[in-house]
Amino acid sequence: MKQRAWIYISIVLVLALLMPACGPADDPEDDVLKAAFIYISPPGDLGWTYEHDRGRLFLEAQLGDQVQTTFIENIGEGPDASRVMRQYAQEGYDLVFATSFGYMDHMYEVAQEFPDVFFEHCSGFKTRDNMATYFGRMYQPRYLSGLVAGSMTENNHIGYVAAFPIPEVVRGINAFTLGVRKANPDAQVYVVWTSTWYDPVVEREAAVALLDGGADIIAQHQDTTEPQKAAQERGMLSIGYNSDMRGFVGDTVLTGPVWNWGVYYTDVAQDVLNDTWTSSQYWGSMTDGIVDLADFSPKVPQDVRDLVAAERALIVNGEWDVFCGPITDQAGNLAVAEGECMSDGDMLGIQFFVEGVVGNIQD
Amino acid sequence: MTEFLRLLTSVLTITLQAGTSLTYATLGEIYTERSGILNLGLEGMMLMGAVTAFATTYYTDLPWLGVLVAIIVGAAMAAIHAFLSVTMRANQVVSGLSITLFGGGLASFLGQRLGPEAHSGRLAGLVAERFRPILIPFLSEVPVLGALFRQDILTYLMYLLIPLAWYYMYKTRNGLNLRAVGEAPRTADAMGIDVIKTRYLYTIFGGMLTGLGGAHLSLAYAPGWTENITGGRGWIVIALVIFSMWNPARAILGAILFGGINAVQFRLQTAGARIPASYLNMLPYLLTIVVLVVMTWWESLSHLVGAPAALGQAYMREDK
Repeated sequence: MKQRAWIYISIVLVLALLMPACGPADDPEDDVLKAAFIYISPPGDLGWTYEHDRGRLFLEAQLGDQVQTTFIENIGEGPDASRVMRQYAQEGYDLVFATSFGYMDHMYEVAQEFPDVFFEHCSGFKTRDNMATYFGRMYQPRYLSGLVAGSMTENNHIGYVAAFPIPEVVRGINAFTLGVRKANPDAQVYVVWTSTWYDPVVEREAAVALLDGGADIIAQHQDTTEPQKAAQERGMLSIGYNSDMRGFVGDTVLTGPVWNWGVYYTDVAQDVLNDTWTSSQYWGSMTDGIVDLADFSPKVPQDVRDLVAAERALIVNGEWDVFCGPITDQAGNLAVAEGECMSDGDMLGIQFFVEGVVGNIQD
Repeated sequence: MTEFLRLLTSVLTITLQAGTSLTYATLGEIYTERSGILNLGLEGMMLMGAVTAFATTYYTDLPWLGVLVAIIVGAAMAAIHAFLSVTMRANQVVSGLSITLFGGGLASFLGQRLGPEAHSGRLAGLVAERFRPILIPFLSEVPVLGALFRQDILTYLMYLLIPLAWYYMYKTRNGLNLRAVGEAPRTADAMGIDVIKTRYLYTIFGGMLTGLGGAHLSLAYAPGWTENITGGRGWIVIALVIFSMWNPARAILGAILFGGINAVQFRLQTAGARIPASYLNMLPYLLTIVVLVVMTWWESLSHLVGAPAALGQAYMREDK
């Protein structure tokens, strides 16, 4: 008798354990696409993560009831990242976006464990059957913003607060400088490395050092608006990045290259819903709309706007791209001959400065 | 030459600005540690000070009220630490770390909720009244040293506070009692000093100065609220306390060293120097280690200027 009681208890316990596992199968919510986003910083940075979160909200607005999203912020690029990805996969999320380069190896590892979940990694280069990468040709709007800076500097001295000397940042500095020199062959771009993506105070200090050195326009490749604020407090102009920083700082932010991740997020979610998702390495252009130039500040005169519009048309129509020759490197040697263009591979691995940049990559 | 002097002036100006929040927090932690309490919650307390000071100033346009609120918030958080480590005799490291985690999380939460409705509750990106640099006529025009007189009001207050903090600690009976509690609480108790009260008092006082340090970040140095605005400065302060060898007069040296590193290295970069930034960033930490090594090595020096002997140890009267 006693033994039988134990058997009943065991059966009940086993059923109790199985129940939650069966539950979701009957759940009406299963038709809904569940997407999770992993952020490196808080959306309150008003820069990088703010834009990804805006993209997430755009996705929700576009697909309405078909999609349900969640996000987690301030996840370091260490073991925490794997843990969070695994957790989302186990909780039944169909699609996981990781929005920082350092998540790459973690996602690569977790993607193998969950073949039924789709993984999307921003800015990396490793893919699997269920893991894709995505990024944007930010160098295109950066070039356009360089045209504005080059046209509007009064002493030909432009400062650039940069995070790390990696190809993504170097490419941005080069594109910006090519724009600056196109509009103003005498201007120079002074680069300072901060060795951090996100540190409001350090970003500000770097901008102040550039302003003290004589810069009258500050551009940046960081995650916060501090360089823009520092320039404004000195009565100087700036070029934003990531988000439309003019809204947060004011009209001293002339314009800036911005991300529109929402376009891509909606496409990906739609593909998953239609069962047409395939793994790829997406590097979207201004034509796709994933990157663009923010609206101009009223301080930007009409002739500059016209110049930008003309160059923009060339890029969007595919007639010309930023890294097409002739391009001279910092030392004065010809890096890209006239009539040639750098390949995507060369651009993704770029590790030299073009003429007009003051600074060195080894720092 | 004039170019060099101008460079030196600008470096010193920003160094003092950057060092102000560090100095306030360092002075506070020196007083706390001198009473025998180690408070590792500085990072969280500074963040809370920064976010509450900014929010208060945003809604009232009164930066001084913001400072006051930051001081009160810092005191309240330090009081939690004091309760845990003095009354409950909990492990001070664990308690301090939980204050940091709690403060950091709460500050970030408040930063997303305290803002106006129209701004979807976010404080980030808002502009409020702030402390601006006050140029003292004539003095601020002097090359190099003029940098001392191109600061905001909180930095001027810091100039006053440093000698006062030193005088109080070494030249008054209260200061003597404080040091006695940190060195030998049992003896101090036998002498009739209330150890518990002293430890509560100076832990809370330390929290007030730390909150004030946080307020300087969001109201003067990097005006506005940005998440994690301290960027680890609360941890730097722990090193600065060791670097200054628990002497308030030396707090400013460490703060200038740490505060000045970025100002110098960014200017070296713009000047085209090829010194990797990471080496300069290491310098203050290396110097702190050197100070520690020298103190351990040279026993007599360690007795003279070392850590309070009872630092981190809970005190209980009946203990043997």
